[in-house]
Amino acid sequence: MARDLFTREITQLQDEVLALGSMAEKALLDAMESLRAGDVVAARRIVEDDQKINARRFEIEEKCIFVIASQQPMATDLRALVSMLFIVTDLERIADHAEGIARINILMDDEPLPRRLGDIPAMADRAVAMLRDSLQAYIEHDVAAARRICEADDEVDRLQDSVYDEATRAMVADPTTIQRNTYLLWTSHNLERIADRCTNIAERVIYLVSGRMEEINVSKY
Amino acid sequence: MRNTGILPTEQDAARERHPAAAGQAPEPDSQAQRAALRVENLSAWYGRKLAVADVSLDIAANSVTALIGPSGCGKSTLIRTFNRMHEFAPHARVEGRVLLEGVNVYDPGIDPARVRQRIGMVFQKPNPFPTLSIAENVAAGLRFLGVRSRAEIGDRVETALKLAALWDEVRNDLKKPGIALSGGQQQRLCIARAIAVEPEIILMDEPCSALDPVATLKIEDLMRGLAERYTIVIVTHNMQQAARVSDATAFMLMGEDGAGHLIEYRPTQELFTRPQDRRTEDYITGRFG
Repeated sequence: MARDLFTREITQLQDEVLALGSMAEKALLDAMESLRAGDVVAARRIVEDDQKINARRFEIEEKCIFVIASQQPMATDLRALVSMLFIVTDLERIADHAEGIARINILMDDEPLPRRLGDIPAMADRAVAMLRDSLQAYIEHDVAAARRICEADDEVDRLQDSVYDEATRAMVADPTTIQRNTYLLWTSHNLERIADRCTNIAERVIYLVSGRMEEINVSKY
Repeated sequence: MRNTGILPTEQDAARERHPAAAGQAPEPDSQAQRAALRVENLSAWYGRKLAVADVSLDIAANSVTALIGPSGCGKSTLIRTFNRMHEFAPHARVEGRVLLEGVNVYDPGIDPARVRQRIGMVFQKPNPFPTLSIAENVAAGLRFLGVRSRAEIGDRVETALKLAALWDEVRNDLKKPGIALSGGQQQRLCIARAIAVEPEIILMDEPCSALDPVATLKIEDLMRGLAERYTIVIVTHNMQQAARVSDATAFMLMGEDGAGHLIEYRPTQELFTRPQDRRTEDYITGRFG
């Protein structure tokens, strides 16, 4: 007995999780580009589109819950569905942080271009890579790759330190930059939280494969 | 699901598979870890047909242990060996040991009737004695054991019916026939009948398979409550039921030799979320069976 329908339902849900991941990644990339370019119109679109991401997350959750209720999954199937419920929450929160960056961009509307963003673009690059890598580990059920996510998170934390140092030094040297640098600190905080959410996804990959719940990385923030 | 810390470990499983190599089982270090029943290298036959092959497992005291597996895997045969009911079948025989408080129930000189009093049984279909009243059904075992005092019988009937969560529903109808009750009530009556003779272990062979969902949940609640006083072993085809009520679950499967083998035995929570044997995984996820 292959349980074809059930297997198909799980595969379709997994595809929907990945599609949500793509939406979150696009929100993050667009938010960073709008920040770099000072594009407030694009930032407003990101804020609006976040509603679609939230709705998609609830839609996937409802489907997962119904499959749990109707198919009464066990073992790997149960872990797959439970992992999805957690991963879609993390993806939706990642998109919220991208939206947060877009809102900061709207607040920075009157700041002159080009903006000096310091290590923030590097943080964003790493956060995007972590998101892609965590979802790749999820697709491939790759525990080793999931564990490597925490190393990348350490690098994001280091860059966050660097942004903080640079911003505080600049504020002390020139108090007229306090507002702008505060916005940059908020931005780096959003990116740091995104990286932490990626480690959550990695932890769910480990649970999915092994059944073990473990915290692979404790962020310093 | 309850985890009392009394459940089999992988080390135990290894010892069960290779008892000679792994040596003696460790002494239980607390009441909570006491094995109410120890099954050692047990095989059971119907004539020449081997039905259960070389099963070893410990049943923890004051817990619910579930036996699951596809039809024909030997679950019912196995529990029937625990209280020597297997030998009622024609040409049935058993090898191996079933230790109740360290004494093999198959030792010469052991009275099978006494074993069945200490290890009671509840069957798939409720089977109250059709000609007896509710009270007489519960008292039947007591009379068989020679209890004659009407006061004592009355007290023990009431206690058993209370423990079986049936007293409030039948207290004014004790003289009515047992078979006048609903299916779920009849099954609780049978549980009361088993309890009345004060067993240590209660075996339940698919006790809910003839009941509706509401009656099933009542029996499940009852099992959890009874586990505080008794040790319960249940055979069930309903995996969700095993997951809901048991502390430990044993998965059995028919091998290529046509006999039932114990494949995996571990805490219920582990078995249903991260089974270690591929065959268990395939069965509980519905990929075969």
